[in-house]
Amino acid sequence: MSAFFSTYGQMLIRSILIHLKYVVISVSVGFVLGLMLGILLSRLPPKFSAVILPVLSIFQTVPGIVFIGVLFLWIGMIPATTIIALSVYAMFPVLKNTYTGICQVPANYCEAAVGCGMTPTQVMVQVELPLAMPTIIGGLRLSTVYTISWAVLSSMIGLGGLGDFIYQGVSSNNNTLIVAGAIPAAVMAVTAGALIDQLQKRVVPRGLRKEAAK
Amino acid sequence: MIQFDHVCKNYGKFHVLNDVTYTIQDGEFAVLIGPSGCGKTTSLKMINRLIEPDSGRILIDGKDVLQQNPVELRRHIGYVIQQIGLFPNMTVAQNISVVPKLLKYDRAKCDETARSLLEMVNLPYDQYGGKYPNELSGGQQQRIGVLRALAASPPVVLMDEPFGALDPMTRETLQDEVKRLQRKLHKTIVFVTHDMGEALKLADTIIFMNGGQVEQIAPPEKMLERPATDLVRSFLGKHRVSDSGPLYVENFMRTNPYTVSRDRGVLECAEKMARSGVDTLLVTDDDDRYLGTISIRDIKLRGKGGQSIEPLISTDVRTVCVGDDAQESVNFLLTSGESYVVVLGPDRTVAGIITKNSMAKVVANTLWGDEK
Repeated sequence: MSAFFSTYGQMLIRSILIHLKYVVISVSVGFVLGLMLGILLSRLPPKFSAVILPVLSIFQTVPGIVFIGVLFLWIGMIPATTIIALSVYAMFPVLKNTYTGICQVPANYCEAAVGCGMTPTQVMVQVELPLAMPTIIGGLRLSTVYTISWAVLSSMIGLGGLGDFIYQGVSSNNNTLIVAGAIPAAVMAVTAGALIDQLQKRVVPRGLRKEAAK
Repeated sequence: MIQFDHVCKNYGKFHVLNDVTYTIQDGEFAVLIGPSGCGKTTSLKMINRLIEPDSGRILIDGKDVLQQNPVELRRHIGYVIQQIGLFPNMTVAQNISVVPKLLKYDRAKCDETARSLLEMVNLPYDQYGGKYPNELSGGQQQRIGVLRALAASPPVVLMDEPFGALDPMTRETLQDEVKRLQRKLHKTIVFVTHDMGEALKLADTIIFMNGGQVEQIAPPEKMLERPATDLVRSFLGKHRVSDSGPLYVENFMRTNPYTVSRDRGVLECAEKMARSGVDTLLVTDDDDRYLGTISIRDIKLRGKGGQSIEPLISTDVRTVCVGDDAQESVNFLLTSGESYVVVLGPDRTVAGIITKNSMAKVVANTLWGDEK
């Protein structure tokens, strides 16, 4: 065990940090993009979303490895390639959940808000987004956990991350290396999930939590 | 003052509003009522431009609402919607302060407003201000809904069937509260309902709509007295005590009183009284015409077994005829201490009797409907 760490310890820590960097940046970018596009989509007439959402779903089924490969050919072997690819994938769940969350806000709240004299932006910020927040955070959780596993792909194009261990382990038939890559990734996913659950509790007002009902 | 001036609105070929003209005075409690789809809610939502007319004008204090910025306009008109519509992500205090905040009141003033309004409906700020809507009962929620509409002291408040979803007890209480607040704060309230009882209770003026047109505008009393059309009449239904005229004795009588034929014997008669649990029977002749009454007291004092009851018949009891004004008989029963009045048909047959009991029953039915 200690032999493993003396040999690979430094490399493992560096990989974890790179992996984390990819995840944090791509999820942040993906979240902001997804949120903005989701809001935009919810403002458009339903016929747009009826076209756009299925198209996005098809796009989402393109294997990450294909997309990252195409980007690699196009952009080259720089971290931006990984970050762009992961951001796009991270964006999908957030976009979809933002759109659904906003659409699910009961019409009477919006009517009340407009009737009170809110501008469309105020309705969005003060009523629709807070009410959609549980769903949106759900999307964030999904995309974070996915991105942690997809970030493994970046080592395919030689850009590091925990994938280095896994691919090396697979190609050299070294189970220790596979596990050394897999366990930190799994821990990272579980921790991120738990952190987002905490975030969920903070940003969702008491009035929206089910257990608050008397 | 709110004026509708030849307002029309169509959805496709369907005329929701068809040349509607009416005026609501300042400080008036106006209730819009009518069957579903009559245009009452559409008409209400036009006042704060949630819906815009195809033609015609709506003026508030002489200013056309279409010339005003809709957002500004709505901030100065209170609005209470059908389902409660409190924002579940905001506390009670935040919900009440929504409009003051939009109007950029400072924090202290928002809090002050919430505090004094909650005080007015006996929900102490310290206890309720920090609660979320889902921690309140339906009645409390709609109280807050009303307070939210009042928070920026708008001169006009619109209410779209605000109490429809509440249980009858809570509804009554809230109606009283709204009426009290309206008088106290001197608001102009436009209130939509389909419940005539609610309209009669709250309104200064009832605007009855049907098929996109105004059927009748009148104060409750006038509408009860003189419904303009059969539809209005049927809506008033049980709330109307009479067809604008005197009440007749037959409205108050109980039919099928116990009678006995004059050729019966004393003992048989006494037995019938015992069986029916009464102390008096009405005596009729062979053609069922009324002759008088016989009481158990007379039988005890003067009756002999085997005799006919004919000599014992008393004619002291007051009789009236079908079609007579009921007021006299009612007063008589209430003041004389007599227990009944006999009502006779045109051919002097017995139509029924009026007792204090039968009177009370009619009054109860009129007030609370016919309990089946």
